[in-house]
Amino acid sequence: MNLHEYQAKELFREAGMAVNPGEVAGDPEQARALAERFGGNAVIKAQVHSGGRGKAGGVKLARSPEEAADHASAILGMEINGLVVGEVLVCPIEDIATEAYVGVLVDREGQCPVFMVSAEGGVDIEEVAATNPEAIHRVRVDPRYGLLPHQAYGLAARLYDDPGLVRQAARIVAQLYDVFEGNGASMAEINPLISTAGGRVVAIDAKMSIDDNELFRRPAVAALRDTASEDSADTRARDAGLSFVKLDGNVGCCVNGAGLAMATMDLVKYYGGEPANFLDIGGSSSPDKVVAALEIITSDPEVKVILFNIFGGITRCDDVARGIVAAVNRIGIDVPLVIRLTGTNEELAREILAEAGLAAVATMDEVVEQAVRLAR
Amino acid sequence: MSIFVDGTNRVVVQGITGRDGSFHTREMMAYGTRVVAGVTPGKGGRDFEGPGSAAVPVYDTVAEAVAETGADASVVYVPPAFAASAIMEAADAGVGFIVCVTEGIPVLDMVRAHALARDRGSRVLGPNCPGIICPGKTTMGIIPGRMVTPGPVGLISRSGTLTYEAVYHLTRGGLGQTTCVGIGGDPLIGTSFVDCLAAFAEDPDTEAVVMIGEIGGTAEQEAAAWASANLNVPVVGFIAGRTAPPGKRMGHAGAIISGSAGTAAEKTRAFEENGIRVARRPVEIAGLVAESLR
Repeated sequence: MNLHEYQAKELFREAGMAVNPGEVAGDPEQARALAERFGGNAVIKAQVHSGGRGKAGGVKLARSPEEAADHASAILGMEINGLVVGEVLVCPIEDIATEAYVGVLVDREGQCPVFMVSAEGGVDIEEVAATNPEAIHRVRVDPRYGLLPHQAYGLAARLYDDPGLVRQAARIVAQLYDVFEGNGASMAEINPLISTAGGRVVAIDAKMSIDDNELFRRPAVAALRDTASEDSADTRARDAGLSFVKLDGNVGCCVNGAGLAMATMDLVKYYGGEPANFLDIGGSSSPDKVVAALEIITSDPEVKVILFNIFGGITRCDDVARGIVAAVNRIGIDVPLVIRLTGTNEELAREILAEAGLAAVATMDEVVEQAVRLAR
Repeated sequence: MSIFVDGTNRVVVQGITGRDGSFHTREMMAYGTRVVAGVTPGKGGRDFEGPGSAAVPVYDTVAEAVAETGADASVVYVPPAFAASAIMEAADAGVGFIVCVTEGIPVLDMVRAHALARDRGSRVLGPNCPGIICPGKTTMGIIPGRMVTPGPVGLISRSGTLTYEAVYHLTRGGLGQTTCVGIGGDPLIGTSFVDCLAAFAEDPDTEAVVMIGEIGGTAEQEAAAWASANLNVPVVGFIAGRTAPPGKRMGHAGAIISGSAGTAAEKTRAFEENGIRVARRPVEIAGLVAESLR
């Protein structure tokens, strides 16, 4: 789960970090009032779960409260990478001397958190990693000891020469680790961390992702989820316990297992079609889950056909068949259904489907070919 | 031969009285796995009823189970909130091989669990994995026994049902397996592709290896390079997620493309550059294996 910049900054502030001031505005009038309070000059930043906000025109400098209102009015409602901006963060303009990068995330290879810092901040860090990898300094954190003071100091010393700046940055690095660990994050990032002409080190941007698996034990963090900014299908899928990702095609896919679901999407493409979604109904195959899956898939007007690809192992094919029949009876489905069932209780499943006038094929290739043909 | 486990392991099931734990314990015992103990805190002293009239003693702690029964391997079917702790308990009790089926364990919990297991010298398989099966000998986890058959192919996969799909075609094509290992769909897993390849390299019965990878991370690239340098048997690959968009988690917590290295194209390229033939469709895997064995 991604946090908005203002939410991450709030967590940073709670940890005592030096973060620039700022407040959220939902309309241009609020933005004007905030800019006025900040002395007239302000930066207006779209709050949206997407990178490249600046390039998309979602970050603007205002030199007067009126300009702040104008920018807010342009940015609110703007679409950035398919996401509509519902709020802007209004901050005073900082007097920036240098821009650095500080981030911490979970390192798959080292199986531990790893800090990354670079004196080249304010730019896309992936770009720096690709073009100038020596500019990024990494330190792995041993989970038994956490981030040690000398590690925080060593990271900070990569960013500044001035001892005063290094001390401030070391404190921020340690605070960032506390926020990361204390909120079950998978990533926390400050880009840029600035130093001002006056000799202060301040976080003026914040990015954070929370590990979805942590949310059950962190209700306060879970409450930060902004369902208004996500597709309603995503919200419904999560409530139903389904893994779902919307895509641009017209072949609806309902599969058990994440790997098989990805392979099914790939096969749709292989046969010349375009998948409408990734959907894993998981190991359990209760009729309710199948109904929820079909409701979500059919809510996409682009979907021309729905394919089921079920490989019964633990999942029993007859359970899924009952779910499909229940779903068809409960909600009207006006696109063709094509079904593949193989594995546990396959024969029984075919009988259940046949009674309801539905047929099933035995292989993944057959069902995908059929689906792609019907979607044309 | 098989890798990591054989028919002689004495298995303790953690979470044996739960819905999944009890079901799969019976399945494992019916397949021939020697389940010697179960653990559920608070339910020690009872007997778990296995298939037929087999009774399995239940203990409160893994340490007791190990002391009383000599268990040397464990399967964890404990809910996500307690699963990392269950892994650490098993490692602390001296269990050398720990299969964790549980999906949804917080990643920072697994950072600690993996570190402790490494310190104790225990191998963790998973988490979020279907387990391991040595056809005709033993199974630990949830891989259905009836779709495998003994033979010369070693199989390693990050996925569950996609593994079944591949094994189904292998078995139908007359290509049995030495061992099928599901290494898990999480970002932090205890046993990697390379660990499995190294074990298969030591197994004289494994004549070909299938690696089923997916988007996210760079484990496939490392495995491809390792296989090319160290493995003397042919490898056939498959990568799921060619059509997955970047930045979205595709079900498995580990299946997310961040940066160019995690894409299916990049992994496929690494496989091919290292002499691994890549199936474009799951159904092609068995055919490529048959060709490689000729």
